[in-house]
Amino acid sequence: MTFKSRLLNEDEVRRALTRIAHEVIEKNKGTHNLCFVGIHTRGISLARRLADLVEKFEGKRVPMGILDITLYRDDLSEIGLQPKVRETRIPFDLGGKAVVLVDDVLYTGRTARAALDALIDQGRPSRIYLAVLVDRGHRELPIRADFVGKNLPTSRSEVVKVKTLEDDGEDAVELWEVEAS
Amino acid sequence: MSQSATQSFPKHLLDFRDWSRSQVESLLETAQMMQEVLARPVKKVPALTGFTVATVFFEPSTRTRISFELAARRMSADVVSFSSTASSTTKGETYRDTLRTLDQMGIDAYILRTDAAGVPHQAHSWLHKPVINAGDGWRAHPTQALLDAFTLREKLGSLEGKKIAIVGDILHSRVARSNAELLPMLGATVVACGPATLLPSSLPGATLTTRLKEALCEADAVMVLRLQRERMDKGLLPSLPEYIAAYQVTRERLGWAKPQAPLLHPGPMNRDVELEGTLADSPQSLVERQVANGQAVRMAVLYHVLVGKRS
Repeated sequence: MTFKSRLLNEDEVRRALTRIAHEVIEKNKGTHNLCFVGIHTRGISLARRLADLVEKFEGKRVPMGILDITLYRDDLSEIGLQPKVRETRIPFDLGGKAVVLVDDVLYTGRTARAALDALIDQGRPSRIYLAVLVDRGHRELPIRADFVGKNLPTSRSEVVKVKTLEDDGEDAVELWEVEAS
Repeated sequence: MSQSATQSFPKHLLDFRDWSRSQVESLLETAQMMQEVLARPVKKVPALTGFTVATVFFEPSTRTRISFELAARRMSADVVSFSSTASSTTKGETYRDTLRTLDQMGIDAYILRTDAAGVPHQAHSWLHKPVINAGDGWRAHPTQALLDAFTLREKLGSLEGKKIAIVGDILHSRVARSNAELLPMLGATVVACGPATLLPSSLPGATLTTRLKEALCEADAVMVLRLQRERMDKGLLPSLPEYIAAYQVTRERLGWAKPQAPLLHPGPMNRDVELEGTLADSPQSLVERQVANGQAVRMAVLYHVLVGKRS
């Protein structure tokens, strides 16, 4: 893979997350029944940031969970390599909650589809929102995000890499090109 | 779909010869994740949708079969069961013919138990499909060893440098053999103990002793094996009272091990034969925990053996 360009820098990531946090509070009319569930790996860091921002703006800590969608993937019977099963931990009752599902990049929509099934298996939220830092298009399923940091038109041969301070040592969104093999 | 870290695993579990320490450790981590699934109100995930798993048991077993079948169903696999008592092996059909017949029905993986050692290995070469050994003769019972390791780690943390004593009929025990293979891979020392007539000439991975005190002394955990009464008919045991006098794990003798050393037993138990009856219900006993963990471990085994085409 070769690096092409930096799409968002640290400040731009911070501003995008700040705006999403405000939008979430506005849409939910406050923090009542609100919770965040981050999808592995970077969705977890982003969900934690959003929960921190909501606490900063509203003075109330909302619960946060983490979700691994591996056992819900729709390609387990055909993939060549085996994905690692990681931790799912939702330490509160999802019943009646307004869940904001958080992921770094929205692409085909298959991760979001799997995440919806995984969530619903664990309870009956009153509603589920989807928040992503980047929507890069190329959907294969009828799924859209409720909160988007940035819409980025991309080609399928490109890779959008979200980096977070927690996972990668810096906040950034980068565009890479997959070399033709 | 976002790609996560990928790993590769052997597409079979016959024993641990083809498994590395890091693969075993990853499998035990996956089992930990499966515990979370089993703690949910809805204990089911769609991971193995579309896979068909056959439990093929040429030797009677209830608990192992149920544990495997539940594990497969909780992963959404379809399960078919074949057992020799209700089938054509009594009419002279060979293992190979039986498995070949099943293979025509589109089975994706076989969970195999046989009274003869080595049949799962042969089955793996006949079928070219994933085979999980659920016990072959006296040779191996790898999922039992995995659930023992999982249960021990849950209690003791890392097994590095830990001394595990296995007491009972070591000679006829596939559980002892598989544990002697697996636990040292994870850093533990295994001491196997029993009367001379019930000890093999050697047990790779373990030291052997006929002295119970030596085996239990400073042990971090004690695993007691079932004493099969039919061994006495073959003259391997002078008498039951003599065995009990020298080898029964009692509360008093358990005191030779480290304080609060956990007690394991693969079941089914002969209370007051291989162990003092009430010990199985004491807080030191992990016997019920072993059964509960068995399901999570078998879910992890099915995941690793079935998912991912390349080995």
